[in-house]
Amino acid sequence: MAGGALRPPRGHHVDEPRAVRFALIGLAAAFLAAFLVVPLIAVFAFALREGLGVYLDALREPAARAAVTLTLTVAAIAVTVNVLYGLAAAWSVSKFSFPGRNVLVTLIDLPFSVSPVVSGMLFVLLFGARGLLGPFLSEHDVKIIFALPGIVLATIFVTSPIVARELIPLMQAQGSDEEEAALTLGASGWRTFLHVSLPKVRWALLYGTLLCTARAMGEFGAVSVVSGHIRGRTMTLPLHVEVLYNEYRTTAAFAAASLLTLVAVATLAVPFIVERRSRA
Amino acid sequence: MRRTLPGLPLALGTTLTYLALIVLIPVSTLFVVSSSMTWARFVEVVTAPRTLAAYRLSFGAAFLAAIVNLVFGVLVAWVLERYRFPFKRLVDGMVDLPFALPTAVAGISLASIYAKDGWIGRWLTPFGVEVAFTRLGVVVALVFVGLPFVVRTVQPVLRDLDPEVEEAAETLGASRFSVVTRILLPGLAVPALTGFVLAFARALGEYGSVIFISGNMPMRSEITPLLIMIQLEQYDYPAATAIALVFLLASFVLLLLVNRLTAAYATPPGARGA
Repeated sequence: MAGGALRPPRGHHVDEPRAVRFALIGLAAAFLAAFLVVPLIAVFAFALREGLGVYLDALREPAARAAVTLTLTVAAIAVTVNVLYGLAAAWSVSKFSFPGRNVLVTLIDLPFSVSPVVSGMLFVLLFGARGLLGPFLSEHDVKIIFALPGIVLATIFVTSPIVARELIPLMQAQGSDEEEAALTLGASGWRTFLHVSLPKVRWALLYGTLLCTARAMGEFGAVSVVSGHIRGRTMTLPLHVEVLYNEYRTTAAFAAASLLTLVAVATLAVPFIVERRSRA
Repeated sequence: MRRTLPGLPLALGTTLTYLALIVLIPVSTLFVVSSSMTWARFVEVVTAPRTLAAYRLSFGAAFLAAIVNLVFGVLVAWVLERYRFPFKRLVDGMVDLPFALPTAVAGISLASIYAKDGWIGRWLTPFGVEVAFTRLGVVVALVFVGLPFVVRTVQPVLRDLDPEVEEAAETLGASRFSVVTRILLPGLAVPALTGFVLAFARALGEYGSVIFISGNMPMRSEITPLLIMIQLEQYDYPAATAIALVFLLASFVLLLLVNRLTAAYATPPGARGA
């Protein structure tokens, strides 16, 4: 036990017996296999089990194309808005202290603790045919629920904390010394933000943006409530997957699901690659 | 010093406006709509047998799943931080998959592999264990969605533990087992509990991954978000709102608990570089 200095610096000086170590690694591996690895592989295996032709046909059908277009549109709007909001929220909360700051942090996190179905329901209560503003909206022929605006609003609500959450801990930990130096040297506030603060958080911002994109494209519960499932018009990719699966078109459902899975895998791959590169 | 940074009015103004429009106004409609029903009707809806069965399943299954994630989350964090094995970085990255994978995708995939003749289900059937279309299926889906939380709250704390404390205990004659159970694990209790509550809260509201695997039988395998969905489809907004309100208050209490726990071990802002 006294020979700790002989071990590599990151290694631990005290350790479990070999057998215990192997048993724990095996147990963890079995758990992760059953809940992560097998479900992930299954998506692609089911999608491709009838061959590449059937797979590609499932993605080419008009309903699938319409779902992809709608999903990309919704994600583009939701992510843009939430990145700007995330930056503003993180800047306010991490660089300043003011009364009510903790309440604000709780409010920023609030959508995470609301069930997706309830999130969607909030907008139905507000804008639905029998909602609070329903009569007013139908009088002016504005359609929000069972249409694009409702899907966008529900998606924005659900994904709003993601970017802020990625940025806040990092901005807090980094402090403001560099910003203060830049300001002292005469840089304007905007210049300081763009050339000092943003580069400091660029990887967290990138990861938050990617995660927000993946979640915006994959949101199911909230969108399910406000969409109305109108084929070719208000069906995002996850809803398209649901409908195909319920129609027992399993291969087509998994084919559509594989697109969303690729987005998720790409999102996770970025921090992996970034860390590799910065280490090299 | 921090007072000198510019941009507070713009940033805070944007944040507050956004929160008011996107979060506060929609959430407040919940209270407006539920106040339109009488107290007696409210109580009738939230104590109806079907509602109570849904609450029981949602809270019970979310709790069980969070327990599973607590135990295995600490284990996975431990293995990732302490041991060396092939593909470790890849495994580490994969832990976040439930954060990024759409719940509907997870739902159909889990339902397929845990079905009676599925890749994993077929090995469980001989033991009389049925997962898909049972309440156990709900737990399986909720374990998936809550999996990253405990791992990610425990990992950094485990990494920062001072190895000298372990060495000192060992030098003083403590066995490895008592070092782990009496020194290491107690130090991980608060982050593990934080992760547990986060996983519980996340599982509570989950919809997409559950509905494909649960079978959705009223009174048996119908989760609360699904019941809310059914009420909405029948245009019974007040009933949906009442069920959601009770549910939401529970989630909010959990969120406050998380913030308390996090404050117990995180560095408070302003404590640095003062």
